[in-house]
Amino acid sequence: MSLLSVKNLHASLGGKPVLKGLSFNIAAGEFVGLIGPNGAGKSTLLRTVLGFVPHQGSVAIDGRDASTMGAKERARHIAYLPQERDIAWPVSVETVVALGRLTYRPAFAAPDHADRQIVERAMRRMEIHGFRDRPATELSGGEKARVLIARALAQDAPLLLADEPAAGLDPSHQITLMKTFSALAGEGHAVVASMHDLGLAARWCSRLILIDRGVIVADGPPRAVLTADRLRSVYEIETYLGEAAGRPIVQPLDLVLAV
Amino acid sequence: MIGGLRFRLVLALLGVLTLALFFLSLMVGPAAVAFGDSMRALFSAKGGAVALIMQEIRLPRAILGLMVGATLGLSGAALQGWLRNPLAEPALLGVSASASLGAVIAIYTGFSALFPLGLPLVALAGAVAAVLVVQAMAGLRGGALTVILAGIAVSSLASAMTALALNLSPNPFAALEIMFWMLGSLTDRSMTHVWLAAPFMLVGWAMLASLGRSLDALTLGGDAAASMGVDMRRVQFLAVFGTAASVGAATAVAGVIGFVGLVVPHMLRPLVGSRPSRLLPASALGGACVLLAADTLVRVIAPERDLKLGVLTAIVGAPFFLWLVYKTRRQML
Repeated sequence: MSLLSVKNLHASLGGKPVLKGLSFNIAAGEFVGLIGPNGAGKSTLLRTVLGFVPHQGSVAIDGRDASTMGAKERARHIAYLPQERDIAWPVSVETVVALGRLTYRPAFAAPDHADRQIVERAMRRMEIHGFRDRPATELSGGEKARVLIARALAQDAPLLLADEPAAGLDPSHQITLMKTFSALAGEGHAVVASMHDLGLAARWCSRLILIDRGVIVADGPPRAVLTADRLRSVYEIETYLGEAAGRPIVQPLDLVLAV
Repeated sequence: MIGGLRFRLVLALLGVLTLALFFLSLMVGPAAVAFGDSMRALFSAKGGAVALIMQEIRLPRAILGLMVGATLGLSGAALQGWLRNPLAEPALLGVSASASLGAVIAIYTGFSALFPLGLPLVALAGAVAAVLVVQAMAGLRGGALTVILAGIAVSSLASAMTALALNLSPNPFAALEIMFWMLGSLTDRSMTHVWLAAPFMLVGWAMLASLGRSLDALTLGGDAAASMGVDMRRVQFLAVFGTAASVGAATAVAGVIGFVGLVVPHMLRPLVGSRPSRLLPASALGGACVLLAADTLVRVIAPERDLKLGVLTAIVGAPFFLWLVYKTRRQML
């Protein structure tokens, strides 16, 4: 059964239609890259699946109609990493990551041993355990991003929706992130991450969904989705497509010149 | 979690300090009464001058100091956490200004002279009206920014109406009474005031105290909190009505007391690792400490002049806040 099933999803922001009839399923074990130009509707799609945007069409989480789920129940099925990385107070790194366990704890209860282990594992995965006691507000942009990713990992939900998780990371941490998401998928979770870096998406995702102006243009394995013609028509770019170590390479070269 | 022990220590110290200041507040007054005598008089059923002073004058004053201070500290911490803004304070929702307007109307119309609870009752009605307007403006989908803007509008209108009442006051004495009431004080309050304010405050405290985990999640923003299972509409309801009930009641019995709700959370935030949920109880105790200390000081500094509590908290609080801003400006930029 699919973890997430979206059928004929429509949504508008400020009266302007942003999503125009999207349908797709996400199964356990998939690492899906959500790609498309600025304003294509990637973030809105993620926020709509979470129930933050009024919509028509159906969203089913783990086979159940999402509109019948409370916020708490949904949080146990879907973890979400927003694009916004603003941390309001100088709380410690570990405190931020431990917030991921919030939905599992009864009110006023302290985290138990299992909670602490999951938090510890999430911190090690994102290589932030070395500065767990530092105030999260004093970190660099990339460090902060990794702390917030660890927070989402600590939620330990079957499905992780991440909005631009790789933005602002250096290449080594981008690859660490992609490997972590691949590993999560290998463990039976599913990850859907919106991305602008086509090279990263092509190399590490098991499947890509290409969105343009609120509709799905292509959906499938990276090699099938990322064709030169499609990148020309959707992004208006010329691209070098190659292969290294058995995985595709996508490198944008230049704008398509108007004829 | 790390720091759990330190947090309990901070709470214990604040609790002891609150208790000590509560008894200090009971000790200070124009009538010099020895500690042993006063404690015996407090629980005496026989009456007599000392018992009367302790039970009818000093006890309600100390209890109100405790309750009003805890209200200001708790609501300040809750609002800062909810709005994710260190400048938030209890007066933000327009509740204080509207409760003041209610009190001013009670004084102006002479309603306050009819019976002792006339003034606080009308003040409470003002607070209720304010919060209903703010909540109606914001609606269910309005969000924090709409609440702030509506609160500012309601505050401004209430202040304008208060100014109008002063402008048109029938005689200088009425104007003076209004002015003095607005400065904020705990002088000459009775147990009746305590019984009027207590139910509203207790309900408000319970609502604000239940926000802890949601405020922790809000550290990462509204969308992140919602994705972690926080019902944002419930949070808004509890924050707005919890503040209205407790701060409305506090203003109704004590007048406007500024800066406590703004400064106390800032003072204590570093001691609790900045976690909003831990700041709530700490800030409630801290607010009670500050208000009990201030209310004791006004009696010590100028026993004959009736120095107003709100004047002292503002005179001490404003420069202190300035210093805090100076100290933390690097983080705030």
